[in-house]
Amino acid sequence: MSKGGIILKGLVKDNPTFVLVLGMCPTLGTTTSAINGFGMGVATMFVLILSNIFISLVAGGIPDKVRIPCYIVIIASFVTILQLVMQAFVPSMYEVLGLFIPLIVVNCIVLGRAEAFANKNGVLDSACDGLGVGLGFTCALTLIGLVREILGSGSAFGFKFMEGDGILAFVLAPGAFFVLAYLMVIFRKLTGNL
Amino acid sequence: MEILIIIISAIFVNNIVLTQFLGICPFLGVSTKVDTAMGMAAAVCFVMAISTLVTYLLQYYILVPLGIEFMQTLTFILVIAALVQMIEIILKKISPALYKALGIFLPLITTNCCVLGVAIMVVSKEFAFGGEAHMLNLGESVLYSVAMAMGFGVALILFAGIREQLELSNVPKAFKGVPIALVTAGILALAFMGFSGLV
Repeated sequence: MSKGGIILKGLVKDNPTFVLVLGMCPTLGTTTSAINGFGMGVATMFVLILSNIFISLVAGGIPDKVRIPCYIVIIASFVTILQLVMQAFVPSMYEVLGLFIPLIVVNCIVLGRAEAFANKNGVLDSACDGLGVGLGFTCALTLIGLVREILGSGSAFGFKFMEGDGILAFVLAPGAFFVLAYLMVIFRKLTGNL
Repeated sequence: MEILIIIISAIFVNNIVLTQFLGICPFLGVSTKVDTAMGMAAAVCFVMAISTLVTYLLQYYILVPLGIEFMQTLTFILVIAALVQMIEIILKKISPALYKALGIFLPLITTNCCVLGVAIMVVSKEFAFGGEAHMLNLGESVLYSVAMAMGFGVALILFAGIREQLELSNVPKAFKGVPIALVTAGILALAFMGFSGLV
């Protein structure tokens, strides 16, 4: 498969949020606004690409029985790097995303791609796969965040276009579930994935 | 009194699944039957209490004195993974009945984000249970984690009960599976919002 095909597959056909339904905790927990969703998506993509590249490089040398713990250590190392980088350059975003940054370690998307793709494919393909799935995740999170922000606080990407407050429930927990459910249905309808 | 406040705040007000969005995967995955939901809840409670105890000691007696707090994520996940494995082996030996009941759920717990989430939460945030805000001590941490796990159990079992009924109802084709489960969870979260401000 071509590099572009791999990226497109992660973005649409294997979209981690709407099709595979993986990594639901950050999807619901951090999408209170479009910017937060975007930040979380990019943070996850960073770890996903690097861990995919690294795992595809070392996969041949890891005994089959201990591969999962090894992958987790590799992913946790990249998450630690991400934490330090974010603390240094975007401390306000780090503060907002809080607990969900260290929790990228247990995000099933990252481990899932390592197990399903990176350990049997080349470095470049794995990087493309990480990029595609990461972009799919970022787009989905930004979209969910955007819808919740518009309905919940009457603004988009931080720009207020409406007087008053909007429907508070959409910024709080229940809105996350409702918005994700309806977006998932729309995505299924559009891609004919019923 | 404080113990009661900790328990109520962890189970209802700050419910781990419905207000903090941790442990959504098992919440959606293993909640189709009440029996399996109970098994999962028990296993999570067990692992969460032990792992919080161990990670708390690790944080305050190894990471902080050595000044390597940035290694927190890496060490915690390793300890949790090893603990789950160890608990599995020990249970198999000393209590085959319990192992049979919890067996299939134990390996899944390593990647359940509520275990790592609560372990990090109790050592990084100040809590105010009725009184002044303070870092939790060891006893409070373990109690808080058990209460959090109970909150997970309550949400899981409630949700499983609803989903058993949902199986029988006529759902639009596009909503089948995950979307209708999410809508149900949303309504449940709406109900749990009523508890906010209780403590």
